[in-house]
Amino acid sequence: MPSQIVSLVVNGEQREFIAAPGATLLASLRESLGLTAAKRGCAQGACGTCTVLVDGRPEVSCLVAVETVAGRSIRTLEGVAAGGELDEVQSAFVDCFATQCGFCTAGMIMVAEALLDRNPDPSDEDVVEAISGNVCRCTGYRPIVIAILEAARRRREQAPQEVASR
Amino acid sequence: MARLRGRGYASVNYPTGMNLGGDPSQALIHATTTGTFVISLSSVDLGQGIKTIAAQCAAETLGLPIGNVLVDTADTDTGPHCMGTFASRGTHRVGNAVIMAAAEARAVMLEVAAEELEVDAGDLETDGTGFIRLKGAQEKGIHITDLALAAHFKHGRTISGRGIYLKEPSAPVPETGEMDPDSCQAHACTAAVVEVDDETGVVEVLELYNAYEVGRALNPAMATQQVEGGAWMGVSHALFETTEPYYPRRDHGPRDFAGYLMPGPADIPLQHSLFLERPAANGPYGAKGIGEMTANAPIPAIANAIFDACGVRLDTMPFTPERVLRGLDALHG
Repeated sequence: MPSQIVSLVVNGEQREFIAAPGATLLASLRESLGLTAAKRGCAQGACGTCTVLVDGRPEVSCLVAVETVAGRSIRTLEGVAAGGELDEVQSAFVDCFATQCGFCTAGMIMVAEALLDRNPDPSDEDVVEAISGNVCRCTGYRPIVIAILEAARRRREQAPQEVASR
Repeated sequence: MARLRGRGYASVNYPTGMNLGGDPSQALIHATTTGTFVISLSSVDLGQGIKTIAAQCAAETLGLPIGNVLVDTADTDTGPHCMGTFASRGTHRVGNAVIMAAAEARAVMLEVAAEELEVDAGDLETDGTGFIRLKGAQEKGIHITDLALAAHFKHGRTISGRGIYLKEPSAPVPETGEMDPDSCQAHACTAAVVEVDDETGVVEVLELYNAYEVGRALNPAMATQQVEGGAWMGVSHALFETTEPYYPRRDHGPRDFAGYLMPGPADIPLQHSLFLERPAANGPYGAKGIGEMTANAPIPAIANAIFDACGVRLDTMPFTPERVLRGLDALHG
């Protein structure tokens, strides 16, 4: 099977690149497009650090053959900070000390973004469930749960103002 | 069948650093033209926060805002020497080296300021906001940005400093075995509250109380994070982690990380942590090491809590349901 040109919409931008047969979405992002926020951890879908959003849904990109998502919309951590400003989830991770080594952080933030997109007011249990596919070896998880709840609160507080300013 | 509750505690004394043939770390610091102090280190930040601690130590010693400090951990080919970040030594060794380097740089900074302001360096002080001022005459002062520019372009001075902390080698006394292996010791105690299900053998850690004497917690939020993240790892070792869990046949067992058990976000206990601060005489601003020790005390505390809950004394990790049930069978037949 020959290599082929694959086209993706990555963080809102149309990107084309040559993908070797069987190339994963993770390898394509990291090696073809230079987007290295998503990390290669276990490479078998067990640790979640490679999580990106495919059409808004969190997927472990190490298990996705890139041809199977051709033309779809991919969101990575690089697309989260709008204009270089940290968004609510990122700033809450900083303020709540939700990182140590940082290897899980990109995946944690992407599952948090997906959670808050579909549920702006999650419970503690909702957050725990959302991050249950993501491994963290440093923090003991609690600061991450607290940060995501805090991000949800900040985003809810901001939402009415955005509506009012329209 | 019942869920049996128990409490247990355990303590740990933990050495800061080691001295196999001597244990040095170096720091170099210099001011850029605009008054940013760059600390060059070969010490690696792998998430424990040494860059933050080094910046805090430098800012405190220089008397400048932490925003004026940049930590460059460069690489070990070109940087000053560091033995490494292990043995809970980073804060102690590197912090001391940074303080020594920053103190030398501060002395140069004040000398240049004295020339610039035409006063005696001994009469100058830093105000912590970036100004070097004449004591008792607050209007006479200069900002570090202007001072660094003047040092470079007017006075031909390099505002810099060198630092090293060496724990000298200590050979054991042949007759007694006595030696001085570490620089100081941190102490901690963890109390665990657990529930043991006597039908399934599953142990759940409900709460952990962590009390740590770490000299001085230079950054209390990061120290708490270290304690509670480390306690999580202790819980993980106590109850979950093994490459060889019990299975009737090895080939039924796990083969990779997908089958390697660890507690997830739903398995975490409620934690209560506090620090007792008794500054160490040889520590940077009194700090001792806090790193590896944080995973230690939770494990025997949980073992003791299991014993308190159900009478089963486990001495092999992890304390799996299978081991708890075998213990209960041995007790009750």
